[in-house]
Amino acid sequence: MDHAKNPVLDAQPQDPDNSSKKSSDPQPGGEQAHEPALGRFSRRAFLAQLGVASVAATTAPLAHATAVEETEAPAGVPGAVPVTLNINGKEYHVRLEPRVTLLDALRDHLQLFGTKKGCDHGQCGACTVHVNGRRVNSCLSFAIMHQGDKITTIEGLAENGQLSPVQQAFLDHDGFQCGYCTPGQIMSASALLHEPIGPGDDDVRAAMSGNICRCGAYNNIVAAVQQARGNRTT
Amino acid sequence: MQVFRFSQARSVDAAVRSGGAAGASFIAGGTTLVDLMKLNVLAPQTVVDINGLPLDRVEAMPGGGLRIGAMVRNSDLANHATVKQQYAVLSEALLSGASPQLRNMATTGGNLLQKTRCYYYRDTNYACNKRQPGSGCAAQDGFNRIHAVLGGSEHCVATHPSDMAVAMMALEATVHTQGPKGERAIALDEFYLVPGNTPNRENVLAPGELITHVAIPGLAADTRSHYLKLRDRAQYEFALASAAVVVKVSGGRVGRVRIALGGVGTKPWRSREAEKALEGQEASRENFRRAADAAMADAKPLQYNGFKIELAKRALVRTLEQTTQAA
Repeated sequence: MDHAKNPVLDAQPQDPDNSSKKSSDPQPGGEQAHEPALGRFSRRAFLAQLGVASVAATTAPLAHATAVEETEAPAGVPGAVPVTLNINGKEYHVRLEPRVTLLDALRDHLQLFGTKKGCDHGQCGACTVHVNGRRVNSCLSFAIMHQGDKITTIEGLAENGQLSPVQQAFLDHDGFQCGYCTPGQIMSASALLHEPIGPGDDDVRAAMSGNICRCGAYNNIVAAVQQARGNRTT
Repeated sequence: MQVFRFSQARSVDAAVRSGGAAGASFIAGGTTLVDLMKLNVLAPQTVVDINGLPLDRVEAMPGGGLRIGAMVRNSDLANHATVKQQYAVLSEALLSGASPQLRNMATTGGNLLQKTRCYYYRDTNYACNKRQPGSGCAAQDGFNRIHAVLGGSEHCVATHPSDMAVAMMALEATVHTQGPKGERAIALDEFYLVPGNTPNRENVLAPGELITHVAIPGLAADTRSHYLKLRDRAQYEFALASAAVVVKVSGGRVGRVRIALGGVGTKPWRSREAEKALEGQEASRENFRRAADAAMADAKPLQYNGFKIELAKRALVRTLEQTTQAA
């Protein structure tokens, strides 16, 4: 894509979620889930601070982060238009070019980094989100087409600091290794609970076929999905 | 990705007006268009969003059959009760295509217009007459394992990738459109064009002409149907060969039968030759094999795709066996 990441937004020293429910970091295996001492400190914020530290040595400090809901495209992007998106129950007002995909809007404009970019062509499933309760590839849809839709990302699954049953199942069964595909896997698994698929492991494999795991954690992913569905593995 | 003008159509009339502009493209599910725009294979100057149009219903027709709105999503059509009960071939074909996420996005009209997966079409570094008329066809002497053995020309051997369209071909579907010159109905068999000298022209749609719905006729009682897809993976892969069969058997003999093949043709491939070879004949393996031979009689293999001829024959024989077995 031609939408280069905004280095300022990406290097924000504060965790962008600080303004919202922080205890609900839904990424299993993330530092927050296992390290209470680092409970308010995400991997991304840590890496971003490293970057800030090195930049700060030679340049002026970066601007403070703004509240997520007010994030806008960098000033002066030609063709950007006002877009309102409802994500995880919150309204976001942003200015976006029509060619900005929903995935890039989430990551590059709204600082919702949980949704991952893998292939960017609808082949890997890392970008899976829910639109009106249905799982879709956010990389193959323009954000401007989703005004009025209810979008749910991985950041919106936990409630009141409690992981969703699918998130908990992925933890229980170690349904990941590097974790990069995991948000997409969990979004797919959460959606299939409401889809008409059969009870067996092969049915789960077919229903999860749109999510690639290059580490090969498939056996544990199937076990996690079956636990969340209340089924035994077959 | 090239910049483009974006508009949202509030009515079919408005969509047709906007879609008729030079360089305009409709966007429905976006699963093909956005993908190819990122690759600079497609670069529309205007994108007209038709997701707001009231074309998202599946309705029973008075005289039998279904009227399927162009915006009905693949997953909804596949799981529609009537489709599952009466048109198994269509439900099976839809569920064999793409991934669950893509099926939630992709639409009935969009799927009919899905673009080929030919590597050379998708890569602007290569010659491709479909993408850039007159530039040549890199597939002819390239890696052409996935390419067509039926309907190709020296200018193009790209396969049509849709499973849904193969099933609809066997169901004798009709495409209903609205364009600048009004409404019309096009038999699906006459909707697609073989590449010939103009592989860039894939169907008979005029600029601005919008698919509004697809009609599939009712089937006689005791008609059976099935879709079999053969591919390199068990899921989430395009067909190397597939077969769609809609057939009625009585007294051990094949009655009315409709046959279409996928993965082997430059368009969803209706085989009247196979139908003719079978109708009225005893439902036997020998006759199925004869029909399969008839279906592939004109097949022309390229360097790497010769296996598809036998694969398609076996897919058809298997599908005929499954649909004609005593219930």
